[in-house]
Amino acid sequence: MALLSFEKKYRVPGGTLIGRDLFDFWVGPFYVGFFGVSTIFFAALGSIMIFWGAAQQGVWNPWLISIEPPPLEYGLKMAPMNDGGLWQVITLCAIGAFGSWMLRQVEITRKLGMDYHIPFAFSFAIFAYVSLVVIRPVLMGAWAHGFPYGIFSHLDWVSYTGYQYGNFHYNPIHMLAIACFFTTTMLLALHGSLILSAANPEKGEDAKTPDHEDTYFRDFIGYSIGTLGIHRIGLFVALSAGWWSGICIIISGPSWLMPDGESWIEWWDWWPNFFTFASIGG
Amino acid sequence: MAEYHNILTQVQVRGPAEMGLDERGIVAKERGVEPRFSSLLGYIGNAQLGPIHLGMFGTIAFFLGTAWFFLTGVGMLQSVDWSWQALWRDLWWISLDPPGEEYGLGFPPIWEGGLYLIASTCLLIAVLSWWIRSYLRANELGMGKHVCWAFAAAIWLFLVIGLFRPVAMGTWSEMVPYGIFPHLDWTNYLSLNHGNLFYNPFHALSIVFLYGSALLFAMHGATILATSRMGGDRELEQIYDRGTASERAALFWRWTMGFNASMEGIHRWAWWFAILCPITGGIGILLTGTVVDDWFSWAVLHGFAVEGGLYNGPS
Repeated sequence: MALLSFEKKYRVPGGTLIGRDLFDFWVGPFYVGFFGVSTIFFAALGSIMIFWGAAQQGVWNPWLISIEPPPLEYGLKMAPMNDGGLWQVITLCAIGAFGSWMLRQVEITRKLGMDYHIPFAFSFAIFAYVSLVVIRPVLMGAWAHGFPYGIFSHLDWVSYTGYQYGNFHYNPIHMLAIACFFTTTMLLALHGSLILSAANPEKGEDAKTPDHEDTYFRDFIGYSIGTLGIHRIGLFVALSAGWWSGICIIISGPSWLMPDGESWIEWWDWWPNFFTFASIGG
Repeated sequence: MAEYHNILTQVQVRGPAEMGLDERGIVAKERGVEPRFSSLLGYIGNAQLGPIHLGMFGTIAFFLGTAWFFLTGVGMLQSVDWSWQALWRDLWWISLDPPGEEYGLGFPPIWEGGLYLIASTCLLIAVLSWWIRSYLRANELGMGKHVCWAFAAAIWLFLVIGLFRPVAMGTWSEMVPYGIFPHLDWTNYLSLNHGNLFYNPFHALSIVFLYGSALLFAMHGATILATSRMGGDRELEQIYDRGTASERAALFWRWTMGFNASMEGIHRWAWWFAILCPITGGIGILLTGTVVDDWFSWAVLHGFAVEGGLYNGPS
């Protein structure tokens, strides 16, 4: 079932990290492995917890379901289940599920004789999440600083938190992260376009080659990075987006860096002050 | 342990510069700029810089784009009373500003937005010329026009922000100031003035496609690099004649998430995710202040927000 024409010869035992051949099998198209089992465990438990929280609150509008982190008074302690403890368990489940997913990618990588770029890349997404719900709350001394788990409630959290620091657009690392997001999207459009335009040429034309790709981009902007380079730069900029996103929020909040209520707008005062200091100001 | 991470090119082979294909025998003489090589670029991708095609539309785009840049600088200088020192000191804060609301869609005096409209016209023609260039270069080589249509999606957002929405609102003052912090403030106030843009569903979709594009490029870039030992980076060859790199790349995602694209299909996913970001974003901006004045009230009305908000700080 669900086997691709060439798939059978790739379905060989081995490559697992733990459990030897205990979970070394497939279900439909999915590889299982030990970490497939742990992924299912954490994902199911976390999801059930979210639905349980929704049932407790009596909110079933999917846009409005929201699991809140514990109040400030609990600091970094465990909170009672219906006062933020649920959020803590769900956070643990999420980290467990994401970590399991990454390790499952490692096993599949090994099975297919590939290199480890994909789980390495996924670790940056995990970092971005962990920076929001673990690293920053721990640095600020309370789980209360994590974001609520809800579709629109987490957007309200972003609004609220952003304006806590004046205007988050003035956070230089936030600028860098956004620049990376925009750039990787532009690069993805250009890369996708170039491949499609070579493989799907005008009517009556022969299929095109990497030489056509190079020629097009050299004609167009004077440089063609090449078939290997575009994937390096695309991966790098995409991971940079995730990395700087994590950093830009970690540096907003901890008291020794940028306490609540201080403004990223005023952070820039060093720039004109530097000019005044250097006596070249007007 | 795999030894072939392929993060950087370790041995750079350098031959004569590639001057580009010229299958119809007319375009080679239009190429200029002697190619040069940069070893630094060579670590990541091709070391060769140039040549470039110097067509009419490229020239127009270059000159008018440069004109926009310098007119913006002139406007900035004027705003700090022509002081070069103040230009550098205040560079992050100053801008060439659009006309005031009182001028509507009329043409204001030069220092009250007139220069801004002239600069904007230069930028508009530059961008449209660059689009024509993207089309003509693809046509010359008999290639598909996918780059052009993707670029057109970005131009749609550009036109919505700078032309369609200001016209719909009846005033050029809705346009974006040309300055570093001022354009961020414009973004901020657009959201604040219209009840929090996060509640604009098209803005939400646009962000989904923005993050989705980063996710897709991370997945795709990593997959190709991870199979480059088998020739995964030779995508066109793999599309025309599937090899073990494509098979493993496909099986990786099939085994991981139960679904896989083909070597060609992943680029269709990529293309659609990337272009839907500005397309949905443009729709969202066009509706803001024209059809919907307050997105938060609109969300309350449609049952996906509650009065007072869902989160008001740690309790």
